[in-house]
Amino acid sequence: MMADATGVTLTIEGRSVTVPAGTSILEAAKAAGVLIPHYCYHPGLPVAGVCRMCLVEVEKAPKLAPACATSVADGQVVHVHTEQALEARRGVLEFLLINHPLDCPICDQAGECELQDYTFREGRAQGRFLESKRFNPVEDFGGDVLYVTNRCILCTRCVRFMDDVAHDSVLNVSERGDRAVIGKFEGQDLTHPWAGNVIDLCPVGALVSKDFLNKARAWELDRTPSICPNCTQGCNAILETRDNVVMRMRPRPNAEVNEYFLCDAGRLNYRWLSAPNRLEAPLVRQGERFVARDWEHALAEAAALLKGRRAFVLASPMLSNESLYTLRRLIDVTGGAGAFRVERGPEAPLPGVDDLALRAERAANVHGAERLGFAKSDTPLDRLGAGDVLLLVDVGGAPLAANAEALAKAGAVIVLGTTLPEIARMASIVLPVTNMAEEDGTFTNLRGRAQRYMQAKAAPGMARPLWWAVGDLLAALGERAGYFLASEVFADLAAHVDDFAGMSYETLGLRGAVVRAPGRPAEVAR
Amino acid sequence: MGYPHPPHPRETPVLSKHFGDRDAIGLDGWKKRGGYAALERALGMEPVALTNIVKESGLRGRGGAGFPTGLKWSFMKPGDGKPHYLACNADESEPGTFKDREIMRWTPHALIEGCAIASYAIGAETCYIYIRGEFTEPLRTMAEALREAYANGILGRNAMGSGKTIEMYIHKGAGAYICGEETALMNSIEGRRGNPRIKPPFPAVSGLFGQPTTINNVETLAAVPHILNNGAEWYKTFCLSNPKSTGTKLFSVCGNIARPGNYEVEMGFPFQEFLHDLCGGALPGRTLKAVIPGGSSVPIQTMEEAEATLMDYEGFIAQGSMLGSGGVIVFDDAQCIVKQIWRLARFYAHESCAQCTQCREGTAWVTKIMERIEMGQGTMRDLDTLLELSENMTGKTICVLSDSCAAPVVSGIQKFRHEFEAHISGKRCPLRTTAAA
Amino acid sequence: MSAHERGGVHAESHASHGSAGHGHAEPYAPVFAGAARQELDDILRRYPTKMAALLPALWIVQRERHWIGEQAMAEVAEVLGLTPAYVKGVVTFYTMYHQHPVGKYFVQVCTTSPCNVCGAEGVVQAFLEQTGCKELGVTSDDGRFTVIEVECLGACGFATPVMINEEFLESVSPEKIPTILAQLR
Repeated sequence: MMADATGVTLTIEGRSVTVPAGTSILEAAKAAGVLIPHYCYHPGLPVAGVCRMCLVEVEKAPKLAPACATSVADGQVVHVHTEQALEARRGVLEFLLINHPLDCPICDQAGECELQDYTFREGRAQGRFLESKRFNPVEDFGGDVLYVTNRCILCTRCVRFMDDVAHDSVLNVSERGDRAVIGKFEGQDLTHPWAGNVIDLCPVGALVSKDFLNKARAWELDRTPSICPNCTQGCNAILETRDNVVMRMRPRPNAEVNEYFLCDAGRLNYRWLSAPNRLEAPLVRQGERFVARDWEHALAEAAALLKGRRAFVLASPMLSNESLYTLRRLIDVTGGAGAFRVERGPEAPLPGVDDLALRAERAANVHGAERLGFAKSDTPLDRLGAGDVLLLVDVGGAPLAANAEALAKAGAVIVLGTTLPEIARMASIVLPVTNMAEEDGTFTNLRGRAQRYMQAKAAPGMARPLWWAVGDLLAALGERAGYFLASEVFADLAAHVDDFAGMSYETLGLRGAVVRAPGRPAEVAR
Repeated sequence: MGYPHPPHPRETPVLSKHFGDRDAIGLDGWKKRGGYAALERALGMEPVALTNIVKESGLRGRGGAGFPTGLKWSFMKPGDGKPHYLACNADESEPGTFKDREIMRWTPHALIEGCAIASYAIGAETCYIYIRGEFTEPLRTMAEALREAYANGILGRNAMGSGKTIEMYIHKGAGAYICGEETALMNSIEGRRGNPRIKPPFPAVSGLFGQPTTINNVETLAAVPHILNNGAEWYKTFCLSNPKSTGTKLFSVCGNIARPGNYEVEMGFPFQEFLHDLCGGALPGRTLKAVIPGGSSVPIQTMEEAEATLMDYEGFIAQGSMLGSGGVIVFDDAQCIVKQIWRLARFYAHESCAQCTQCREGTAWVTKIMERIEMGQGTMRDLDTLLELSENMTGKTICVLSDSCAAPVVSGIQKFRHEFEAHISGKRCPLRTTAAA
Repeated sequence: MSAHERGGVHAESHASHGSAGHGHAEPYAPVFAGAARQELDDILRRYPTKMAALLPALWIVQRERHWIGEQAMAEVAEVLGLTPAYVKGVVTFYTMYHQHPVGKYFVQVCTTSPCNVCGAEGVVQAFLEQTGCKELGVTSDDGRFTVIEVECLGACGFATPVMINEEFLESVSPEKIPTILAQLR
């Protein structure tokens, strides 16, 4: 058989698989559903071939081949689980463990450690190392990174990331033989804006996060697919929660958006999702004070306020497409307008990955908001008309773009918020809403990719997703009845906004899809 | 010849003919001895014709692997539009081996001539001679010879008036055995840690600076002018045993032997005669016990094996070892095999580049176990452990440093198990060659 | 060959050693200025990449400063367009580069197996005793000597080979050491 343009066909563990020429055996095995254990190999990094864990038996080859560094060949027959290959891996595991501390009980990586996992699965039951282990102190690598030298298996993923992806060679392999360690230069730290990825890349507990240090055990965490809300890049992420508190945010691979990576600013800005000062019930003003009411009552009062008046929405670029869509409908129903402001910061690219950066606009859905007809402005309340009902949205993650003077112009103020900032205390009605961690939704990133995120924690008290509240408000105003699921809102959005035509949660899946051509302000069909 | 000893009549001095002859070091003296005639003729020939002559001669790499030199050269595709490189491996660091050092000290122009011919044959305009940093005298001698060669138009943009460009530079190593491995050597020239590279790609496809590259050992290249001067047929006549092993070979002899030094013999020479007659056998009052015949990376031989060996690539394999680099380390009855294998393991642990798990951890672990046994604190189970670790260190890494550490351990336990057992049962080294810890 | 190959036991350039390069308070004077810069520029012409000049550049630093400190690594990195961490990774790989100041006479005794069986341990011991060095790798109190064991120097037939700075001595035995040391005074 000859390799042709359609690919190379080989057999791995008895399964036939066809992959493009030049694919490694390791990747071909993945395609065939076979995991070949490995440490140094990572699909986002150049191949090093040094851990020697991925040795497999290739029929007719004189010796075991490293699956990460061996290209597929037509007709190749590969065995992963033969005694010979298993013995080689068991040998590697034993070598890796002789100097590795038995400190899993105090190691943050325990539970998600590939050394632990493979040792449990394939390693020797008992060690044979009778000598003393080598010892090196823990080193602060700067940024969010601690280097626990003794746990290091010298896979060099971190060095290759900094060299070849971050293009900031601040890490090295120092010394040689069993004295070798990951080193850095005095005074030059892991301060690159994307350096924190070395923590995720480390297959063991050698590079650990200071932020996450001793905070939680890996097995206590619930993991939810999400989108980093901290800039317009829309990096795919996993929100990790314990007892309804977000403990950590980590990257979720998506070749179209962020490969395998997440920037430090993004990954470390998650605490606001679990902030304690939350609104838990709808509040309705009675004289000088607020009184907690049920949703039905509060929405009825809101509808009454809006009757015959224009709604001006001070939106948030942190809102989902779904919430923005319902607000858009409210604006159209009342003949109003909507605007928002976005915080800016310096852009920080990851040079080794095409079109990946911490973007200057520090909010998730700037582009979704614009496509849905909200005006981006540094002074978004300029167009607030005298007597308008101002809907003030505050879902956290971005400062409120309002001031008392502008608010005074409004005929009435309705707050849709996660918290009640001082400035919003003049509101007539306050409706408690969820933040992005507490709801399902979608964001549209700067390349027009609509991407889903899922609810990672429970909402506090009576708080609801904003689309739910506004949907009910629309119903109270005599519009088509409310929505029960985010997917229904999205379906409605797709049915009425050209840019999103043909899309559904099913078609978006977990990798998202690009909305139709560069957005013009959408006209919402009635 | 057996420098520093007078030549033995049974030697065949070709490469070593001028060892010890100060007058041969300089360019004038070298030309008087026929130097650079081969290069001058070569530059008038087609490169492929040169490669064919070397192929025909049967010359095989003298660095240890024994790969046919002409075949290696033929992997360099002419006219591919890429710069080609020649790297001369003068990083001689294999314990027991010190032949390249003498070639550079006494006949630097022989090496330059060989490098120049090879460069032309493979289409390389640049040759780097990688000399280990510890070789201060060869570095000086080679530098002076290069200066002379440039000053006399032998090298440069118009080498010997041929219109061909042959640039040649010394690259000084800085203390790393592993840089004698060809891909590590290339990394070291490029200014990197001396880490061996994964093959493929092979150097002839993507070598130095990502370009087609050939790496040859000093002794290999020094033989080339002689082959051109005298013909492939002449070279092939130096063969006392297997026709796949031709030419003369320099053997470095050291350790417990009456006349240590370099000896040049025809391939297939009887090892028994070599050890006892040429090298003078054991020191007075001693008997020989064991030999590591091809540099420290090859299996140890008992005297029975050694004395039955014919000295060529196949002959050493037939007697449980390998020709390797031709560094013969001799041990007599006053030496403790356990200690020497410990000492060799320590060498490999020191030199491991740290890339591959088995090598980085295994060489250090084996060293610790060997030390414990030598100190009288070993157990019989340690021997099984050593053999299993050695198995896990063999054939599983990027380069063969790990295998090289395992080879003397495995062969040592197999062939001198009684010495290991005596350490374990007696709880000390029977020869007490090591001071108590 | 550049001058750094010609250093020797008697090299005058070592005279100031022991103070130069140690004082961290003093401002760092660049190595690659004047003649050394010119030398490096010549070396750079030999290679298609700047990185390839790293080992030669480090040799120049060691010749000029006797060891390679962090500031020197940073300078080399700057000159060759590398990062200091990269340079440090390379420096720590090669054992001949001194990462710390050493004695005026740096004594390296080969102790690998072929020399070991010919008495190298006795040579090491004799050097330690006669130079006043208390331990391997620890410079003598007078700053004159540092003695270390090294792996194979590649002169096994001339056991025991010893390097003192750039001088390569063959067939050293304990009896010869007083004469060798006397020549250094």
